Amino acid sequence: MTKLNSKVPEGKLKDKWSNYKAHQNLVNPANKRKIDVIIVGSGLAGGAAAASLAEMGFKVKVFCYQDSPRRAHSIAAQGGINAAKNYPNDGDTIYRLFYDTIKGGDYRSREANVYRLAEVSNEIIDQAVAQGVPFARDYSGYLDNRSFGGALVSRTFYARGQTGQQLLLGAYGALTRQIGLGNIEMYNRSELMDIVLVEGKARGIVTRNLKTGEIKSHFGHAVVLATGGYGNVFYLSTNAMGSNGSAVWKAYKKGAFFANPAFVQIHPTCIPRHGEFQSKLTLMSESLRNDGRIWVPKKKEDAEAIRAGKMRPEDIPDEDRDFYLERRYPAFGNLVPRDVASRAAKERTDKGFGIEKNSTGEGVYLDFKYAIERLGKDAIEARYGNLFQMYEKITDENPYETPMRIYPTIHYTMGGLWVDYELQSTIPGLFVAGEANFSDHGANRLGASALMQGLADGYFVLPYTIQNYLAYEITNPRLNPEEHSEFKKTEEDVKERINKLMSIQGKQSAEHFHRELGKIMWEYVGMARDEKGLKTAIEKIKALRKEFWEDLHIPGSTDTVNPELEKANRVADFLELGELMAYDALNRNESSGGHFRLEYATEEGEALRRDDEYMYVAAWEYKGDDKEPALNKEPLHYEEIEVKTRNYKTA
Amino acid sequence: MSNFINSSIGKKLIMSISGLFLIVFLLVHLTANLFLLGGSDAFNLSAHFMGTNPVIQIMQPVLALGFLFHIVYSLIVQFKNWASRPVKYAKVNQKEASTWVSRNMIWLGIFVLAFLTLHILNFYWKLQFGEIGTVVVNGEKMENAYALVAGLFTEGGTLAYIYSGIYIIGFIALGLHLHHALWSSFQTIGWSNIKWRKILTVIGDIYAILIAVGFSIIPIYFLFIR
Amino acid sequence: MAHKTINIKLRVWRQKDAKSKGGFENYELENISVDSSFLEMIDVLNEKLVSENKEPVAYDHDCREGICGMCSLFINGRAHGPDSLVTTCQLHMRKFSDGETITIEPWRVGSFPIIKDLMVDRTAYEKIMQAGGFVSVSTGGVPDANSVTIPKADADEAMDAAACIGCGACVATCKNSSAMLFVAAKVSQLALLPQGKVEASRRAKNMVAKMDELGFGNCSNTGACEMECPKGISLAHIARLNREFLAANIRG
Repeated sequence: MTKLNSKVPEGKLKDKWSNYKAHQNLVNPANKRKIDVIIVGSGLAGGAAAASLAEMGFKVKVFCYQDSPRRAHSIAAQGGINAAKNYPNDGDTIYRLFYDTIKGGDYRSREANVYRLAEVSNEIIDQAVAQGVPFARDYSGYLDNRSFGGALVSRTFYARGQTGQQLLLGAYGALTRQIGLGNIEMYNRSELMDIVLVEGKARGIVTRNLKTGEIKSHFGHAVVLATGGYGNVFYLSTNAMGSNGSAVWKAYKKGAFFANPAFVQIHPTCIPRHGEFQSKLTLMSESLRNDGRIWVPKKKEDAEAIRAGKMRPEDIPDEDRDFYLERRYPAFGNLVPRDVASRAAKERTDKGFGIEKNSTGEGVYLDFKYAIERLGKDAIEARYGNLFQMYEKITDENPYETPMRIYPTIHYTMGGLWVDYELQSTIPGLFVAGEANFSDHGANRLGASALMQGLADGYFVLPYTIQNYLAYEITNPRLNPEEHSEFKKTEEDVKERINKLMSIQGKQSAEHFHRELGKIMWEYVGMARDEKGLKTAIEKIKALRKEFWEDLHIPGSTDTVNPELEKANRVADFLELGELMAYDALNRNESSGGHFRLEYATEEGEALRRDDEYMYVAAWEYKGDDKEPALNKEPLHYEEIEVKTRNYKTA
Repeated sequence: MSNFINSSIGKKLIMSISGLFLIVFLLVHLTANLFLLGGSDAFNLSAHFMGTNPVIQIMQPVLALGFLFHIVYSLIVQFKNWASRPVKYAKVNQKEASTWVSRNMIWLGIFVLAFLTLHILNFYWKLQFGEIGTVVVNGEKMENAYALVAGLFTEGGTLAYIYSGIYIIGFIALGLHLHHALWSSFQTIGWSNIKWRKILTVIGDIYAILIAVGFSIIPIYFLFIR
Repeated sequence: MAHKTINIKLRVWRQKDAKSKGGFENYELENISVDSSFLEMIDVLNEKLVSENKEPVAYDHDCREGICGMCSLFINGRAHGPDSLVTTCQLHMRKFSDGETITIEPWRVGSFPIIKDLMVDRTAYEKIMQAGGFVSVSTGGVPDANSVTIPKADADEAMDAAACIGCGACVATCKNSSAMLFVAAKVSQLALLPQGKVEASRRAKNMVAKMDELGFGNCSNTGACEMECPKGISLAHIARLNREFLAANIRG
């Protein structure tokens, strides 16, 4: 337990961050030029951090697997970004945003980090506006806000249904400017293969050029991972096809602790799956719940008729519709947090009220009929036009006329590499930002908070805290990765792994194993978990992993574009990460946030949290390939907040 | 400045301004030509005025330059455009994306240029360097341009029909060229937005029809009406 | 419920690398669900190829929800295929008929060299953006977000332009391989906002110069880019770019 030092500064909660900044070490301008920082990932956290550090004068190297940093999956976030600006004058404060985030996270996040997040939230909006992010405005010319799940105030800033895109392009602009100025070396189509440690500190990375297959080492005085989440372990998720957990997994295997891997967010409003060859699921923004009402038929026979294609949702009169969120949670209604909304949808479908015309029946309605009656079609189109268009392109159904079909799916991972207050992992010199770390969302993330956290880490937290480390590095000269033995050794390890993958020459594609893993994960480590299922999952994953290393087939060669090799490399890591998630879920004998254990529920079916035993961060330590991981606990203390059972039934 | 002229938008601007200049010229030309419908004296007076007015005389070389810039730059721009796609698509389907005319401005332009050459040989060359009969109108002796036009479209039997046909096809090609040209020139100058694009395309179409029909009336008039 | 399926023939461009000579290969697929996306159909093809120990077709894709701009296929003669306002990843097989032959080519633009099969290198776009596609503001020290009001109409129009995903469909479809719509989207977005106006002249000049230097063709206002743009970005932004560029050069 002594292994984990969260380095939370002394003092009152609201003074901690300013005290930290006032007393931290900084690097002087002349020395900044001598310091290299490696940043892996070019999304909101990575892009913003890279731009900010380069603006300060550090030499930055940025890596992304896509053809451009602008492709990072932050771009897909639709709904908005939270900030405690209180522009609508509805009583928002930094404390309230902090409180909502802690509560929304089911009291499983670190208080000081979350407070800092709320504190810097306002600066993010200022920064984005200065960059030319075209946030929605009202006729006065001032910024507009909307409300999101888990909050009683309107604090969400948005740019149509493309807020993530606009914020990412803002950060990309800043990044791009620094590339043009020569302060950032950008490596596109480059995938991290391993992290290089020298004398226990992160000193660089080994990458594979996805165009040429070249394996190359890069030196940095510090390494920042901003590689996003690992939701694709479930195969089907709202993540991009290339989103992967390999970078954090390599870090874990090099000694960084992995915190709360079981905390996965299931987003309640995605388009249901259509068939076996489905490759990914598309999210419909949570903002839709502002105006859409969620329901399933009250009568089972109606649900059956709909599934059989004999009845249409429009044919069901209002009195035969069960608006189950409004029924169960009168205070928050359709705007309950994501985990609550997701489980409620599962509860209804499990009971036989699902409406999707496939073997699972998994789907519920999100209906805009009432909003259109109240506000008119034009108003709805202005708010959600692009989302409605996207829905229609995918499903061939017009959501202005018939309710949307939605169902929960994997969306975000609250878990990630364990970091201290400075965002430093348990490996000195290895920092983790954005979704890749675990710190701010606890067991469940509120809507519009991912963009906030990514940019908070990238613009305003990491560029400061990393200096507290780098200040001690100024006397360390750059290492030459072409000569240094640790770099060469890591390169050899990487090459050996690639050769091993290529030489299996079995029968099955990487896709096949990924799909199989996804099925195991969704069934046993998905929305509802229990001890038996989790143990089964561990056994099944082990067996599948064995099969993978015996029967994988990768065509082509290693010295060119080889998408199968890329995929296999990522799936190999997912096959290990999935198991760790099951361990974590098994260890946590309670239900909190996105982690729901069937054994720990109230009589009403609500989550039963067990603060006495599980109010800690579970930080897992790698012990070897054939050994069980070791659990380290970081106890959570709440000084400024009274820990309560989450209640969205009454305000 | 040379950066500007050599930039893609700069070259396009030259295309646009020279084009707009030619558009204005066409209107003047058409106005003068429509005097043909007023009979021999009216047209000869108009042609004489055009041939002797000092402003028109000054404008002639400017007009020639306008043509020259428009043609030379169209080729410069076009060769660059072709070079920008060294490997062509095996299959292209732009039916829904753009108009045939907008994609074929260069070919319409080359066709119009060929027609223009013929036209110059038929009229301008003869008026300037050939031997043309004279006529006296209002006591002033002048070249009988009317007879020249009337001759081309009425004399020589089948030849008159061939010439008339060539001219009408030439005018249609010109009209098609103009259909895209007018709004496009304004767009290149930056004088367009979503609202004005609609207005400009309508004006452009009206103008294109006016020019194509206006000029075509002349051979038709000589062949069938007069 | 049984889903409707179709059988299709594919004519796919295969090319080993930038230097090799490429050619079309023919494939046949059966029982493709009409509810599949186009890329899911290619996944099926690729799994089939892998199972036959052949190299799968290399193509770019990532988010599969029409926003990252990575996917880039020229399908049956059209950028992103036979549907409007979608990227290839959002194109669905219901747009094709049973027995149809589908021709799939990469973007064919001199400035976007082919990497392999259907993958192209769009680094040229990166370079254009580096030349000025941003507001030169560093992190911190900026005024409160509501200190400057922006007319809603301007903010909305800026957003229309900002919707560009940088996929390259405009260049791919343009008969002149012109990058004007891409450049215009950024120049127009930032010229409409007070934060971007400050360096609007410099931006227009630098981005156009870089675009020209990289070998893109000249815009001839055919409007094909606008029609094939998955985000429906208007030609009006090109007019604004022309205006900005002209004004910038008049000012000197």
